[in-house]
Amino acid sequence: MAAKGDWVRIHRVLLSAQERTANLPEDTKKVPFEMWVKGHLLMDGEIGDEVVVRTVSGREEHGTLIEVNPQFDVNFGRFVPEILEMDVRLRRALFGKEADEA
Amino acid sequence: MKDLSYSAVMGRKNEIIKDAMGVDYRRYEKEGIIFDYEAMMADCGYTLEDHIRIQQAVNVGNTPVFELHNLTALSRKLAPKGKGARIFLKDEASNPAGSFKERRAAASVYHAKKLGYKGVIAATSGNYGAAVASQAAMQGLKCIIVQECYDSHAVGQPEIIEKARKCEALGAEVLQLSVGPELFYQVLLLLEETGYFNASLYSAFGVSGIETLGWELGHQFMEKYGRHPDAVVCANAGGGNLTGTARGLIKAGCNAKIIGAAVDLSGLHMASDTAFNRKSFTTAHTGFGVPYATNPDHSDVPRSAARPLRYMDRFVTVKEGEVFYITEALATLEGMEKGPAGNTSLTAAFALAQQMDEDEIIVAQETEYTGAGKGINPQLSFARQNGIELLFGDPDEEVAGRNIVFPADPGLLKARDLDLNELRRKFIRRAVKGLDRALSEAELRFLAEETRSDVDFVKSALQ
Repeated sequence: MAAKGDWVRIHRVLLSAQERTANLPEDTKKVPFEMWVKGHLLMDGEIGDEVVVRTVSGREEHGTLIEVNPQFDVNFGRFVPEILEMDVRLRRALFGKEADEA
Repeated sequence: MKDLSYSAVMGRKNEIIKDAMGVDYRRYEKEGIIFDYEAMMADCGYTLEDHIRIQQAVNVGNTPVFELHNLTALSRKLAPKGKGARIFLKDEASNPAGSFKERRAAASVYHAKKLGYKGVIAATSGNYGAAVASQAAMQGLKCIIVQECYDSHAVGQPEIIEKARKCEALGAEVLQLSVGPELFYQVLLLLEETGYFNASLYSAFGVSGIETLGWELGHQFMEKYGRHPDAVVCANAGGGNLTGTARGLIKAGCNAKIIGAAVDLSGLHMASDTAFNRKSFTTAHTGFGVPYATNPDHSDVPRSAARPLRYMDRFVTVKEGEVFYITEALATLEGMEKGPAGNTSLTAAFALAQQMDEDEIIVAQETEYTGAGKGINPQLSFARQNGIELLFGDPDEEVAGRNIVFPADPGLLKARDLDLNELRRKFIRRAVKGLDRALSEAELRFLAEETRSDVDFVKSALQ
């Protein structure tokens, strides 16, 4: 349950697959054109409800409520060992054998 | 009630843009296919001196230039005797929001405020969003950034999501969209709805703002080293970076060779839903760099101020694996951690330096900020999650969307020339498409200017 005033994220289909521009690759033609935006809820609502929000620029947007207190989940990713291997090769290329000495 | 369908909104494009920029692009349309580029650039009302003053007031520009001693030494080890130019970097990441794009944003936001607009809108998945958001915050305007961000499974490019975070941190509203050129339709709708200013990447305000970068380069080198650089490498996507930098260098009296650089993503369709997350670079790549060079006028303004073929001496490509490799080299050999896409020009410079004499100077004219999602580890981790193979080998064997090949040895890193004449011919043929008459002498001269060629070249391209 989200209450009026909560900070939420909504989703809406802007153009169905049929309404899209003709000049698209085959895979994109088959899927709708979608939008995600955040704002303060202007009414109470549940996840999945059609709601209206006010965005930080003061606009009203409507769409399906998908997340309350939405968070960013970008991070630094899983460890990629090849990056360390690049370091080793680069140091060797520049400093020669010294690069491998303690 | 206005018709909000795709075709109706696109049909109102010229009117919407006119209201949203205060620029009537029809003024610059002349005889036949000719349009007056320099009049459009001059009419924006901001001289180089104005841009310098505006940018200084909002802490943009005057970024440092660094000599990269270790990368220069490494490139000399790989170069023939006597070759290996000194490699320099202009640290544009030290701008307030972390990239050269603020030079582009400053005058647009300043101008919007002067004309009484309450806010600005920009369509960008790149650093330009953070730049506009930062400038809007400083100058007290509202800001909406529209990003192409997700595929149809709502999986987003980590680099773009990080930029969304940054834009929100700087107070902007961020509208995220799925893959497709209808982004411009949505921008037009928003411009109509809000009455905000269109802070287009391709406006004369924006592109002329980058002239300060070239101008600074010319002067910084004269002051510090008593000479101008011999070559300046600019990442080339939409073309504004190269265009603005080149114009600024010319105004500083510097005749350095202007080299465009782009990450080779050939084979990946830019509007493809399934290819969207199979690339590791969301900007500075050939998917923008080539079509915008040969057809600059398909952006969110009727006539783009970014016209790279007018200024480019060479256009080279580098591979995804090579840019990641140089990003890591910059960290491990030079002690500077920067965003990968911003190192596209440095990657090309590392290879190009080996073709130049030791006493010459080559400059990579930008860096960009780095952070969660936007860095070598998160981007490579995301690529691996999407089934892209990561390996050491010969980068010539890299196939965009299938693998990322890090040079097994730094000597394998190359800058591969695109055929500039072929791009010029494409530009010329596209400009006359659908025209069933001979061109006038003035039109031929116009196309020669647009492609930095001559009338004979234009005539031969048309045969």
